[in-house]
Amino acid sequence: MITSFIVENSPALMVIVPFIAAFVAPLTGRVAPAVRAWIVGGAMAITSAITLLLASDVYAHGTRLYVFGAQAATQTIAPDSGGIPVRIMFTVDPMSALMLVITAVLAFAVVLYSLTSERDHTGLGSYYTLFLLMVTGILGMVSTGDIFNFFVFLEILSIASAGLIAFRIDGGIAVEAAIKYFVLSTLGALAVLIAIGIYYGQYNALNMALIAQRMQYTLLDQVALVLIVAALAMKCGAVPMHFWTPDAYSMAPSSITALLVVASQASLYGLFRAVFTLYNVTLNAACIGWLLIVLGVLSMVVGVTMAIPQKNVKRLMAYHAISQTGYMLLGVGVGLAVLGNQSFLSAFGYVAMEGGIFHIINHAMYKGLLFLTAGAIFFRIGTYDLNRMGGLGHSMKWTMVFFIIGALAIAGIPPFNGYASKLMIYESVFAFNPILSVIAMVVSILTLASFVKVFHSIFMGPVLPEYKDVKEVPRPMLIGMGILALVVIAFGLFPSIVVDTLVAPAAHALADQGMYIATVIGGGA
Amino acid sequence: MRMSKIVRTGASILYPFIVIFGLYVIMHGHLTPGGGFQGGAVIATGAALLLVAFSAGEISGMVRKSTLMGQETLGLLLFIGAGILGLIMGAPFFANVLANSGLLFGQAVLPGPNPGELNTAGVLPIMNIAVGVEVWGGLAIVVMYLLSTIEREGA
Amino acid sequence: MLANLPYIVVVVLFLIGLATIVLKRNLIKIFLGIVILESAVNLFIVSLGYREGGIAPIYTNAPGTLMVLPTPQALTLTSIVIGVATSALLLSFAIVIWKKYGSIEIGFLRRLKE
Repeated sequence: MITSFIVENSPALMVIVPFIAAFVAPLTGRVAPAVRAWIVGGAMAITSAITLLLASDVYAHGTRLYVFGAQAATQTIAPDSGGIPVRIMFTVDPMSALMLVITAVLAFAVVLYSLTSERDHTGLGSYYTLFLLMVTGILGMVSTGDIFNFFVFLEILSIASAGLIAFRIDGGIAVEAAIKYFVLSTLGALAVLIAIGIYYGQYNALNMALIAQRMQYTLLDQVALVLIVAALAMKCGAVPMHFWTPDAYSMAPSSITALLVVASQASLYGLFRAVFTLYNVTLNAACIGWLLIVLGVLSMVVGVTMAIPQKNVKRLMAYHAISQTGYMLLGVGVGLAVLGNQSFLSAFGYVAMEGGIFHIINHAMYKGLLFLTAGAIFFRIGTYDLNRMGGLGHSMKWTMVFFIIGALAIAGIPPFNGYASKLMIYESVFAFNPILSVIAMVVSILTLASFVKVFHSIFMGPVLPEYKDVKEVPRPMLIGMGILALVVIAFGLFPSIVVDTLVAPAAHALADQGMYIATVIGGGA
Repeated sequence: MRMSKIVRTGASILYPFIVIFGLYVIMHGHLTPGGGFQGGAVIATGAALLLVAFSAGEISGMVRKSTLMGQETLGLLLFIGAGILGLIMGAPFFANVLANSGLLFGQAVLPGPNPGELNTAGVLPIMNIAVGVEVWGGLAIVVMYLLSTIEREGA
Repeated sequence: MLANLPYIVVVVLFLIGLATIVLKRNLIKIFLGIVILESAVNLFIVSLGYREGGIAPIYTNAPGTLMVLPTPQALTLTSIVIGVATSALLLSFAIVIWKKYGSIEIGFLRRLKE
């Protein structure tokens, strides 16, 4: 009975639990920091469990609707509303469920890690409040079915992450990074809000399914599309708007950087959701698809070339994050470009989309892992400067193993998960346009070269005298990294199972707009 | 800089009225323009007025930071509690289970234009109160931190 | 023409806000530019819901039946609340910068570039 209650109300509970914990945690922290640690850890564990339950339910029984404040959770259209879904609702389809899984796994690993890594800092009450709010924001963003609600969660996420980026003031530099991030994301959010106003003015609707059903693709809709795509591409760090990424990623505490990676994937989800669910075939698919492809290729190339000369290990990884985002844009962009052409779509379009979406989950795992190892190194030696590191492989063996796993995964070396998704992207994109595929492969090789250099300068060489007494990081941090490393290896060893059970339903749910509308409104487009 | 006696006396006379007006706006949020956020913001302007008229040290007895912090948490928990009420009664989160139930704020709304009855609208007034308490605490503490930081620098 | 006046004001406010953000060198002024932009967007949304001759959408003692749309007002209110949080956070950033660097001109914010 209690299980069915939790499953039934899981879309609400997964937002309620971190939200309550976010505001209870600072109070208990005054009494006993140990209690706070248990509350934060426990709340995150419960949230992850609920989220995974919800996701498995969605994969088993199809899209879940949760209408807030209605008589029944699935009553999308209130009897007195004249056939219009007026209430705020969560629409958790397989694509949302996939993002939920990513967030749940990564946030749980990060919370384990940061309970130890942030132990000695001040202001931890606010830290955990903002951390849990950030998780709430991401979970809400990826599951909401109401476009204004999406904006609200986007802003919750932005405000919480800006506070966390500035958390270690660091003589003011971290605050500079936070200002850069926050000014840009506020501008982006305002652009999204204008687009929402345009939709509301034209279609009298805020529900995504209803807007999608009424979509005419007028000139105003094109303006709205440009605003949304530009804002969310900026939030996910695609290249012409990428300049906040290295600053914010490098100045935030490492555990937060790992979560910021998920946050940028959530923005990417918003972008895909807008393009596929709101517009779908009404837009000029080839044109917008090529736009995403160009953004993707630019991100890949610029990201990796900027990464190679970096001296700060987290800036370097941040540029690689930009470059990896390019793969997702490329994969899904190819899928979008052939949308509406069923033979192309089934020949390589779906595979390209699956590759791009699979890369989202893989990227979140291995990039989160890499940032956590960077944080572990900083935890022991107090610097991110590659020139001042060396010989750490002798003392930090587990961290080194995790770094190797992450680095090989990001470079696309078998048998790690990056290889599986990149191979899908190479193959399908080759069928679409061989040149793009070649560029993707070259970028991958450069990524490998860059990480070999980083690995050598951090872990290889003789033990440096100043790091003679360096020890391995405490166990909770290792467990946090270990969870992610296990996922990376498991996804790399059994990619076909993951693709069939997790990724393919997500890709089809994303491409199938009629299904989405039919689930929410009934009847279909 | 010390404000003149007129400003200080005026501020301390005005403060209770501002608080009462804010509480009125919060309580009648479901009947008249306004609501939790607006009322809370009105009260927070009262705190700002006190801060401008006096120094941060002088009003520490009237507006306490720890109370405001507690208020913020309390308001939020009350708001979520009002939502969870729906879950407890077997309806979705945020469902208005109290409306027309005869319980607290549960009187049925009369049809047609009417003067309005305070005891209606179910969980909405509870949420308004929660948001009011929360915004009161939150905005006042924001204003206090921002202004007290500047003052300590000794401009 | 007169019906479009709010939208003209929106565009003007929007441009003023953008110009402030791009041209000013003082952090507080840049943040004020963001606030102006927010006002422009809020005005845009609230004027979407305006109906000629409509009254406020409150049912107590309502004289007529024509009301302006309540949803855009709710959206605007939410967006104002978010705007308050945004400005508070930005201003606290400005305070930290002022404490650390002794200036809030953006010319001083160059330490992130190696």
